[in-house]
Amino acid sequence: MTATAPADQPTRAGSAGVLSAKRPLGDRTFQIVALAAGLLVLVILVLIAATTTDQSTSWFAKEGITGIFSKTWNPTANQFGALSFLFGTAVTAIIALILAVPVSLGIALLLTEVVPRRWARPVVYVVDLLAVVPSVVWGLWGILVFAPWLQGIYSSIGNFFNGVPVLGNLFGPPTDGASFFTAGIILAFMITPIVTSLSREVIATVPTMDREGAYALGATRLEMIRGVVLPHSQGGIVGAVLLGLGRAVGETIAVALVIGSSATITSHLFAPGYTMPAVIANQFGEATGVWKAGLMGLGVLLFVFTIIINVVARGVVERSARRGRGA
Amino acid sequence: MAADTGQQRKADLREPAGWRRAKNRIATILMVLSFVVVIIPLGFVLVTVVAKGASIISWSFLTSSIPPAVLPANFGGIGPAVLGTIEIVALATVMAVPLGILGAIYLNEYGGNGLLARFIGFLSDVMTGVPSIIMGLFIYSLWVVHFGYSGLAGAFALGCLMLPVVIRSSYEMLRLVPNTLREGAYALGATKARVTMTVVLPAALGGIVSGSLLAVARAAGETAPLIFTILGGLLSANTNPFSGANTALPLQIFSNASQPYTGAQARGWGAALTLIAIAFILMIVARIVTARFSRYSR
Repeated sequence: MTATAPADQPTRAGSAGVLSAKRPLGDRTFQIVALAAGLLVLVILVLIAATTTDQSTSWFAKEGITGIFSKTWNPTANQFGALSFLFGTAVTAIIALILAVPVSLGIALLLTEVVPRRWARPVVYVVDLLAVVPSVVWGLWGILVFAPWLQGIYSSIGNFFNGVPVLGNLFGPPTDGASFFTAGIILAFMITPIVTSLSREVIATVPTMDREGAYALGATRLEMIRGVVLPHSQGGIVGAVLLGLGRAVGETIAVALVIGSSATITSHLFAPGYTMPAVIANQFGEATGVWKAGLMGLGVLLFVFTIIINVVARGVVERSARRGRGA
Repeated sequence: MAADTGQQRKADLREPAGWRRAKNRIATILMVLSFVVVIIPLGFVLVTVVAKGASIISWSFLTSSIPPAVLPANFGGIGPAVLGTIEIVALATVMAVPLGILGAIYLNEYGGNGLLARFIGFLSDVMTGVPSIIMGLFIYSLWVVHFGYSGLAGAFALGCLMLPVVIRSSYEMLRLVPNTLREGAYALGATKARVTMTVVLPAALGGIVSGSLLAVARAAGETAPLIFTILGGLLSANTNPFSGANTALPLQIFSNASQPYTGAQARGWGAALTLIAIAFILMIVARIVTARFSRYSR
């Protein structure tokens, strides 16, 4: 990149490059170093894809596309199908979203529409504290305190619904404190801060004039929210939810501790299961050969999923932000 | 804002119909409830960690070597894990923070609205969403396979996690520096590099430092990337972060959490309290730095 590089184009005080075609060497070196640091992000992402795929080729080669998406994961029988982990990841993430999204939206609306600004700050601090608690501490609390407590509740719910057609399949026995549902609850705690803060940012861009217009027409606060705030911030909220989904899909340690570690596909939400990151974390140490390659391959799949989710989410957020500014 | 319009509405002669008011009231109550729903588990976790961790923590607990899991709670401590966390997080910070700030400088000072800068900014946002376990697998495939487990490998993984966070927060801070400052410096004949280093960066330093501290706090609590890079499982400290397996607080909590022995679990709670205390201290320092040294804020 030369001194007259297009990177210097923005006139915002960056006009030094335009003024003197021959800039001092140190000046140009600094620009190149900064550019290199920026490009490092691109390099790392490409390297992640390349090296992890390289380490997992033996799994992809052995199992093929049908083997990868088959049900049985049994290292002693040399069978490495990933379907039960994909299932567990999807189920726990969906439970987490169902629990976390209404709560996060509620808090975001509370902060922007109800509480005066002076009070909003401590509320934000408290919600952000959820994100400060490390994943492993959620897991420790989850397995030693929360899961044993839930066990009793699960079994009474399970007995209640036992034999009831659809609900019996979802909530009936077998029940266990360490289960899909427990993992989903813990994930919900963990993704609430990010969904809340992103939705709050989006909702804050709703023009005050629109709000006042709705109030002037005699709308109650709820009617104003439904008529003005939600339509205006729909796109951004979808993006926030998707970013929460990305977090939930990739969360490892807390889930590894409370999921119950059983590679099964079942409709019973209170039964033990497994997710992709959890199985990687739990089995990597003892794995060898194709087994290890399989775990690495699960990582590749996880990387692809989260990249897709994040690219889509960022795109949605950006587009709605641009529309918000334009409106 | 909302309060003002509420008062105006009250002054109006016609109140909304009763059922509309009732629905509005219910919605408000639900919003407050959603906040309560969040406070309860948070309070529950913090109280449990403090209650179970405080009784075991002492200077000797923080410094003695890790005992076998079967021993009761009054034996040994988590010294090697504390040391490992400090070594690894310090190395990761030294690598990721300067690179992150340089990246942000590129994005804001050089890249501007150019296609490449916007692309890199987008990628860095996407990289924030890459799960931490992937960073561990990445450094395992790139480094550990060839050079073996070490604290340095763990630092690489944590650094990869911190980099996009530092870029994003520093970028936001650089953006707040008013252009008049830059223009003043240019008018004195300074080169762009000089303007950036001596005028723009110092002006944004408070925000950048506090953003970086928050990134460090997040990284210190990460477990998943360390499983694949520092291995863990040792009982005595490894003072050399550049070779040989190491251990860290989150890893120690992870392995103690899955132990059936109450002694090991008690040590796990102690380690959890230590880890949360570290994260809180970093967060409070970040807030103080923001309050004291940020000249420009949103």
